[in-house]
Amino acid sequence: MPNPIAIKETGLVRAGLAAAWPICLGYFPIGLSLGVLAQKGGLAPWQMAAMSLLVFAGGAQFIAVAMLATGASALAIVSTVFMVNLRHLLMSSALAVHFPGVSRRFLALFAYGLTDESFAVNLTRFNQGGWNRFSALTLNHAANATWVVSTVAGVYLGQLVPPGAAGVDYALTGMFLCLLAFQISSPIFTATALLAAVLSLLTYLWLPGNAYVLVASSLAATAGLALKRAWRKREKTS
Amino acid sequence: MSSRDFLLLMLALGAVTYLPRLLPLVMLSRRTLPGWFAEWLELIPVAILSALIAPTLFAQSNPRVFTLGKVELFAALPTLLCACKTRSLAGTVIVGMLSYWGLRQIM
Repeated sequence: MPNPIAIKETGLVRAGLAAAWPICLGYFPIGLSLGVLAQKGGLAPWQMAAMSLLVFAGGAQFIAVAMLATGASALAIVSTVFMVNLRHLLMSSALAVHFPGVSRRFLALFAYGLTDESFAVNLTRFNQGGWNRFSALTLNHAANATWVVSTVAGVYLGQLVPPGAAGVDYALTGMFLCLLAFQISSPIFTATALLAAVLSLLTYLWLPGNAYVLVASSLAATAGLALKRAWRKREKTS
Repeated sequence: MSSRDFLLLMLALGAVTYLPRLLPLVMLSRRTLPGWFAEWLELIPVAILSALIAPTLFAQSNPRVFTLGKVELFAALPTLLCACKTRSLAGTVIVGMLSYWGLRQIM
């Protein structure tokens, strides 16, 4: 007789895998190209695997590989990667409400796989309702597995894969656009999104590095909150 | 760089990547947040998504300059339209990829 708990668990894992495919599809070409760069920068396959397992952050790994190739100091690499990844503080905070009273062990496993992409998909699913945290965990680790495999594959055979096949370069952008459209549920959200886009562009053009996401999104959310409070006050007084 | 130094560097990079992902989850999931902070966090996802995408659509990366002519921007129109009409992530990602691929052939 089949075990009902086991069936439920398989279902949760399957739901996580089903939600992960756009991320995996998008990670594959990016991982390959990182592997190619790493190989040109003198990294061995085991070093690529160690980096993708220990760090698991796309943008930060590209920067680290480039800095390693130019012989930057360890301190410079670590501090740059730290700055680049500070935006995850905001994502982790925004996800926290969906894990009330969940064990530290689970959170430790989950946090490992928190990337821009897994954040966006998991948060949208949680907000839609009915998303289980074990599906979310599966999604994170499926994305990680794809990342490790594709970056190491890049070191071996990256040059053989034609760039831009079937528009796969656009998978992650398409996913972000769709999730953005799903998030817009009131005029406050529209205003915040527009403001974030403008601020992000300005900071991207004027500040070097990757501070633009952190700066633009925290400023835009603050302005959005101020706007929301101002509207609420006006409704009360009128 | 020796293998040992490389692994130590990766451990340090792992730590500065992991801690910002972990600490807010652990610290904030066990308490009730003040109202203003919860409302602020509600706006964070839409702000982050928009901030992540904007340079991809409206800027060249090297050097960083503003532009309205990127294929990424034109492909965003059918992609967003599909997202609003179908509410399907899978369908939208495929429409986005095909639009981008098609536009790249003619632009």
